[in-house]
Amino acid sequence: MTGFINKKMKDIIDNYAADFTELQSIRKNDWFSKHRKSAFNFFKESGFPNTKNEDWKYTDTKPITKNVFSNISNTNIVARDNEVNEIIFKDLECINLVFINGAYSEEYSDIKNISDKVIIKNMANALVNDENLLKEHLTQHIDQDSSSFTALNTAFIQDGIYINIPKDIDIERPININYISMDGSNAFATHPRNLILMGENSNATIIENYVGNGDSNYFTNSVTETFLSQGAMLKHYKIQQESFNAFHIGSLNTSLSKDSRFESHSVSIGGALVRNNINANLNGEGAEIIMNGLYMTDNAQHVDNHTHVNHLKPHTHSHQNYRGVLNGKSRGVFNGKVVVHPKAQKIEAYQNNANLLLSDDSEIDTKPELEIYADDVKCTHGATVGQLDDDMLFYLRSRAVDEQTARSLLTYAFADEVLNEINFKEIKNKLEQLVISRLPDSSLIREYV
Amino acid sequence: MLNIKDLYTAVENKKILEGLNLSVNAGEVHAIMGPNGSGKSTLANILAGKDGYQVTQGSVTYEDKNLLELSPEERARKGVFLAFQYPVEIPGVNNIYLLKAALNAIRKHKSEPELDAMEFMSLVKEKMKLVQMNEDLLTRSVNEGFSGGEKKRNEVFQMAILEPKLAILDETDSGLDIDALKIVAEGVNSLRNKERAFILVTHYQRLLNYIKPDYVHVLSKGKIIKSGGPELAIELEEKGYDWIH
Ligand SMILES: Nc1ncnc2c1ncn2[C@@H]1O[C@H](COP(=O)(O)OP(=O)(O)OP(=O)(O)O)[C@@H](O)[C@H]1O
Ligand SMILES: [Mg+2]
Repeated sequence: MTGFINKKMKDIIDNYAADFTELQSIRKNDWFSKHRKSAFNFFKESGFPNTKNEDWKYTDTKPITKNVFSNISNTNIVARDNEVNEIIFKDLECINLVFINGAYSEEYSDIKNISDKVIIKNMANALVNDENLLKEHLTQHIDQDSSSFTALNTAFIQDGIYINIPKDIDIERPININYISMDGSNAFATHPRNLILMGENSNATIIENYVGNGDSNYFTNSVTETFLSQGAMLKHYKIQQESFNAFHIGSLNTSLSKDSRFESHSVSIGGALVRNNINANLNGEGAEIIMNGLYMTDNAQHVDNHTHVNHLKPHTHSHQNYRGVLNGKSRGVFNGKVVVHPKAQKIEAYQNNANLLLSDDSEIDTKPELEIYADDVKCTHGATVGQLDDDMLFYLRSRAVDEQTARSLLTYAFADEVLNEINFKEIKNKLEQLVISRLPDSSLIREYV
Repeated sequence: MLNIKDLYTAVENKKILEGLNLSVNAGEVHAIMGPNGSGKSTLANILAGKDGYQVTQGSVTYEDKNLLELSPEERARKGVFLAFQYPVEIPGVNNIYLLKAALNAIRKHKSEPELDAMEFMSLVKEKMKLVQMNEDLLTRSVNEGFSGGEKKRNEVFQMAILEPKLAILDETDSGLDIDALKIVAEGVNSLRNKERAFILVTHYQRLLNYIKPDYVHVLSKGKIIKSGGPELAIELEEKGYDWIH
């Protein structure tokens, strides 16, 4: 961590400290209080990371720290039906969970018709009623020296989702968690916290959808912890479509046991300043993680994707494929780190990052990293940065396609390579439509794909 | 229909065409032959509107208008079609959707009603027979993973659907087996009519056995150095290019 806390940083921390004290005073002292306090102390000592920190070299958090946010959820925000309906899937039956400005909305959530063995409940509720299981797992699947953002989240957890899928259960309906941020009276920060426990050979699909309306200014600081028991399978989708004035720092932490499989698909198109972290520990032989990511940025957006995979056991696999489309003056970062620990022989790690720069002023910093402490491993990594292909553009135009449409079409085709990895048809379609809607001439593109 | 006058072009200051003249009337088929690197594809690309060529002198008119100031898509809508020497693969763009949109853009330009999916598919069925195209190529991405011959056939198939006024075929016969060559030739012949003109770029007299050209031109070092009838192609086949000066 940065260690040195200057005067400005102290003022910033004091703002958070005031909110923390207020929150502690309205909350009764429970088993989790000591975690909150130690997390807050960690945050106080380390402050927000600056660019001298190698992990934050390309992403300056000043825009976030400059703002004063209220960290206490306002439960009085009322959503409108049409706003919520637009966000949740129409043609796909899901278990819908809705949060509005950080607070769980019973009105819009629907946890009916679930096998009673399965637990799905909001975190505020679980913190009170599921102490035993939470004690065992909550904060246990994040790195010991995790970032101060995660510590801040732990200190301020107000709500989120707790999911526990027991042994051999296969939940067919996707669990769709929607974090909706709406214009409030003042700038606010939310700290959603999700805990997902997958029993042996269980199977689930989970969507985390972060949505903001218009140009509202807020800060989402989310943390998800997942634990996969032997043979469990989790398909995880993260859709980041925050408002263009929002800040989003999201960390997905996962521990994988023997023969378990985690599939992550991340689509990041919103936000002013965004950081998506994935930290994965492959703790058992035969564990496998797939990480697909797409980021699309324009104007002055900044999107940073950070992945960190630890191959701790032999015969583990990781497969990463991230693609970026950058326009305007936007900036993208991809930093993928794969660490192969001693004795983790016969592992396979694949990492690729391809970027399309649509403008002269857009910029990408891509840094695939490999640290290998075993000798019998198969690792490949690569990164590319390019522009739209002139020959393809000319071919399309010679077939009567307008220049702008041809550009959008090729941009879409580039992005769609990532979405093609999704085999859940309805989710894939929805994400494709989302991507298309962000491109110029979107209605015309639909004729060609 | 097409009038090229004293055309000089360069790419990155490398001179390619140097005083080319060519005049093509509706209903005619012109074959252009010439050594590698003489500028045949450059000519084809300039006619279709590819970026990156500077025209330093001369003019090109198409239907009495300045062709060079039109964008590639405008030219396509006005009936110019280029069958590429090396058709590019475009992953993620559906072959048949591209063709449908192209056809409708051209029809719209001509103030003809657009075809709906059903009408379009029956047209596709009819034309597919003509070039004996494999049906599963239709739904794939444009040229992606097509064999060399399949790419060429796809170009002719597109031409058959789009029914251009001026079709430029850049070595469409190269890389085709003898059966495919006949099929492609039949495709062209079936489209021949009084309103339509063809420019066939080829290295082989063989093609001209199947498509009888009205004129044969020799392009060398950026200009046409000899023109004649079909017999010129036979002469070239026997003697090569060296004897012409
Ligand atoms: N973009 C470019 N940059 C530089 N040189 C070019 C470019 N395009 C064409 N040339 C050069 O211009 C000349 C003519 O090329 P062109 O492709 O027109 O030849 P061609 O007659 O079609 O040859 P072939 O029979 O081999 O197809 C060649 O020397 C080629 O290298
Ligand atoms: Mg050529």
